[in-house]
Amino acid sequence: MVQTFGITKRYKNLIAVNHVDLSIEEGEIFGLLGPNGAGKTTLLSMLATLTPPTEGTAKVNGYDVRKEPGKVRASIGMVFQTPSSDEILTGRENLYLHALMYGVPKEERRGRIEEALELVDLTDRADDLVKTYSGGMRRRLELARGLLHRPKILFLDEPTLGLDPQTRQHIWEYISRLSKEHGVTIIITTHYMEEADSLCDRVAIIDHGEIKALDSPSMLKMKVGKSMIRARVERPNLEYIRGLPYVTRAEAKDGTVTIILSEAGAHIQEILCNLGNVSFVELREPTLNDVFLQITGKEIREESAEEWAEVYARAGST
Amino acid sequence: MGRSVREGWFHMSDLWGIYALWYREVKVFLREKSRLVSSTVNPLIWLVAFGGGLGATISIGGAGYQAFIFPGVLMLVVLFTTIFFGLYVVWDKKIDFFKEVLVSPLNRTSIFVGKMLGGCTDGFIQSGIIILFGPLFGINYTAYSLGVVILFVLLLAMGTTSLGLAIGSQMTSFEGFGLVQSFVILPLFFLSGALYPIDNLPEWLSWITYANPLTYIVDGMRGALLGQSSFPMALDLGVAAVYVAVLVAVGTYAFEKMT
Repeated sequence: MVQTFGITKRYKNLIAVNHVDLSIEEGEIFGLLGPNGAGKTTLLSMLATLTPPTEGTAKVNGYDVRKEPGKVRASIGMVFQTPSSDEILTGRENLYLHALMYGVPKEERRGRIEEALELVDLTDRADDLVKTYSGGMRRRLELARGLLHRPKILFLDEPTLGLDPQTRQHIWEYISRLSKEHGVTIIITTHYMEEADSLCDRVAIIDHGEIKALDSPSMLKMKVGKSMIRARVERPNLEYIRGLPYVTRAEAKDGTVTIILSEAGAHIQEILCNLGNVSFVELREPTLNDVFLQITGKEIREESAEEWAEVYARAGST
Repeated sequence: MGRSVREGWFHMSDLWGIYALWYREVKVFLREKSRLVSSTVNPLIWLVAFGGGLGATISIGGAGYQAFIFPGVLMLVVLFTTIFFGLYVVWDKKIDFFKEVLVSPLNRTSIFVGKMLGGCTDGFIQSGIIILFGPLFGINYTAYSLGVVILFVLLLAMGTTSLGLAIGSQMTSFEGFGLVQSFVILPLFFLSGALYPIDNLPEWLSWITYANPLTYIVDGMRGALLGQSSFPMALDLGVAAVYVAVLVAVGTYAFEKMT
């Protein structure tokens, strides 16, 4: 459905996207996971023909983004990171304009608009001006709009950025419903681990414009190990722990030891006895955050939601 | 850009797209009542205060001074409404609705045309309100004069919206707005004979005035409304047509190049 061929975007002295080769199947929810500035949005805007690649190309729905941008744009729906609905218009009017611009046949416009409003639970507020909407409602409207022309592929750029956890949960439900009921291929960028984990069929971990790993969330986590123990230890006996047959990895950093092993529950006794003077212990399944940490050597910094909510509000108020 | 390939359905869907952009602009324009009111009051202040005050001392031709500057003030209304409408693209580009337009399958020419017609309509509505006030300032319309004035207003609006869109599409911030006002709008307005007759100007000033396309637009309107003109109507209309043709071409090109 979407294929990239060494696609690259270079700015003056920065490579935002570096020779990326991807192949995304029809009907899947594909996640691009990475910290801010990793190149996710740039990659997405190249796929949406909004930014021309410096090198390489991509095919979206079988059309080349360089040679047939019009056809690519007719095949996709896009939900931007920042608000892109018109706040002086009502929700319904925004959808109506979208239907016109995407050539939705006249006799289908009304029906599709109603359907889209219903899908995101905005029927009641459809005739209110968008400037009276909350951030979550506005995002839902834009989601509905992105679907109005029945695109084969939907691009979602940080769809839950700056939204509260409850609204985020709702948006996730809408997105997976779309994928299941309408078979839309969905490509989503995010820097929220849980989002990638719970929503995506496959996840590409992207850092410094390069794909560092690509698999289903569960396989990615399996690569790290089945389970992990984190413990605060003064002088850990790492040599001994590494020698144990069921331990795949053991590392110490800033007084915290991370041990990856096949099954923590069965072996925790032996480990704790031999590790040293343990003051704190935590036992858990690896998360995508651990995957990311292992692959890139750093954590994805999760911006505070408030910070982004502010950006959103500021963009909306002017 | 693959235009010939989709020739079949291309025209119709692009027309709907142009309609969508136009619809949006007019809707927004009519919804922002405060802007509509202030853009109506400003020219009336010109006519009442400036025209009335100066008119108490001077009179040009047979008509009063208020009637004399009426076409000029009409031009001022269209000029300000449409050029700022066009420049507003800078803002559109940054946030909200315009991103959604750029990612739609519409080609840039259609986007330009839709925007241009939207700005043109705004300018037309705005000047229509002022036209209604004409009789208060000594303007007596005939079918002919009204028709000619509306024609010039439309041409001026199309050309100037295009100029605004062309400049706005290439700007990256609002900082250029003041420059556009100082170096484009005010010179075009004041050097057009909008406020004084152009027959007895010093030579240097008359050259500049003759080079200003708006001179001919004011002259055409004044000729139709008051029977006072410096050039034949055909020349006035011809210059107005060239003004539109050139600026629409420039605007379309600028939109193609816009990033």
